[in-house]
Amino acid sequence: MNGARTLATAGRVLRQLSHDHRSVALMLVAPSLLVGLFAWLFSEQEGVFDQYGGPILALFPFIVMFLITSITTLRERRSGTLERLMTTPIAKADFIGGYALAFGLMATLQAVITVTFAVWVCGLDVEGELWQLGLVAVVDALLGTALGLLASAFARTEFQAVQFMPLIVFPQIILGGLFMPREDMPDVLHAISNWLPLSYAIDTINAVTAGEDGWDVFGPLLIVVAFAVGSLILAALTLRRRTP
Amino acid sequence: MNKTDAVVVRGLRVRRGSTDVFTGLDLDIPRGQITGLLGPSGCGKTTLMRSIVGVQKVAGGTVTVLGDPAGTRPQRRRVAYDTQAASVYADLTTRQNLRYFARLIGAPREDVDRVIGQVGLDGQADQTVGSLSGGQENRVSLAVAMLGDPELIVLDEPTVGLDPLLRSELWAVFRALADAGATLIVSSHVMDEAVRCDRLVLMRAGRIIADTTPDRLLSDTGTDDPDAAFLALIERDAASADDASTDDPSTSSGTGHAPRTRREAKEEESS
Repeated sequence: MNGARTLATAGRVLRQLSHDHRSVALMLVAPSLLVGLFAWLFSEQEGVFDQYGGPILALFPFIVMFLITSITTLRERRSGTLERLMTTPIAKADFIGGYALAFGLMATLQAVITVTFAVWVCGLDVEGELWQLGLVAVVDALLGTALGLLASAFARTEFQAVQFMPLIVFPQIILGGLFMPREDMPDVLHAISNWLPLSYAIDTINAVTAGEDGWDVFGPLLIVVAFAVGSLILAALTLRRRTP
Repeated sequence: MNKTDAVVVRGLRVRRGSTDVFTGLDLDIPRGQITGLLGPSGCGKTTLMRSIVGVQKVAGGTVTVLGDPAGTRPQRRRVAYDTQAASVYADLTTRQNLRYFARLIGAPREDVDRVIGQVGLDGQADQTVGSLSGGQENRVSLAVAMLGDPELIVLDEPTVGLDPLLRSELWAVFRALADAGATLIVSSHVMDEAVRCDRLVLMRAGRIIADTTPDRLLSDTGTDDPDAAFLALIERDAASADDASTDDPSTSSGTGHAPRTRREAKEEESS
């Protein structure tokens, strides 16, 4: 791995984004709009938004970044630029790292905007520290980026890439503890949920909104980070210089 | 094998899907020359180029490039490759594309302006590639392959879709690169470009049917038209392939790049 080539790749990805104003606007504003819609939906019912608003903050950046990353890297595969990159001195880890860095930066901006909007405009009530909420949103977006990079390795077409969303993202949402506390699930499903990274992301959010700190917050968050890093390493390993 | 050859291919076997592209291909490409790779579409030109730059999964045989196995780390700085379809980022400008690749290769910043000038895109340097014409886009892609100081430049149909004036300008650039010591492998199916090469490798159906020079090609076939010469060779090969299949395989696979049929290669493999 080489810092200069990773940074060059991250810079290139951001420069590509900068030519696409509509995508940038969607990426930064769409999660806030969805959070606003959610808050409006429950505006007549006391306390519901406070209960679900937090986990929603973790979900939207995760889904948005998963989609964006898997489609962008797939486009790179199909346009021939990835093949050309593989003939240059760039390491596979530089390529994956560059994408993670660029989208991680976008994710941070997105998290700051979304959390700010949720708290100040929608009136989300958080017991714990606000910056922790932002941190979880960033880590979740990174997890989405990492899984998206990994998923794109198994997709041959954009159509397949989009189909990975119901396969990889939806089960994590259903079993993550948003609809039902994980302890109340049937044993088998509870056991499965213990292996899904989004479960720990939602645990972290719930700990922050409940005002807990220390290991209750950072324990599960570290597990999410570990999943994200693990997916990035796997994504770099599944990248092939030689293709059939 | 000649130590000074830029590319040495021995017994290369490549399968794509369920079809054999190469069943034991042999080829030597000398340094400091422009070698033209010619043949009808689907004959394996791109697969051979991909094998040389090390992005093609191969089933067997060896490809040695500049003294090392193809695609190994030291080569990625010394070998440049331009794919058939423009492999640049459509949502970046010409200059942004070249800057990115220059940083990856470790080429000096001045190189960016030099190659933009060489492919004649000074006026389009700050336009996004997506807004350029197809021919201009291909030239951006070609410019990337000229960054740095590559010893081997592999160009897959670099002049396709360009007007005659531009084609002739680009061939002058290729000649200058070869004169400066670089080795160029240029594929084409435009036969009038063949006469601009130092050496010609003619391929058909995954085999090399001639390894010659432009002058020899014309005199051997007794024509003064490259198109006619090529057609004559293909017809000659098609006829001899029918004969060879009834021959004893040991007699026809003598020297380095003698043509062989797929059946011969298969028999050799299984014995």
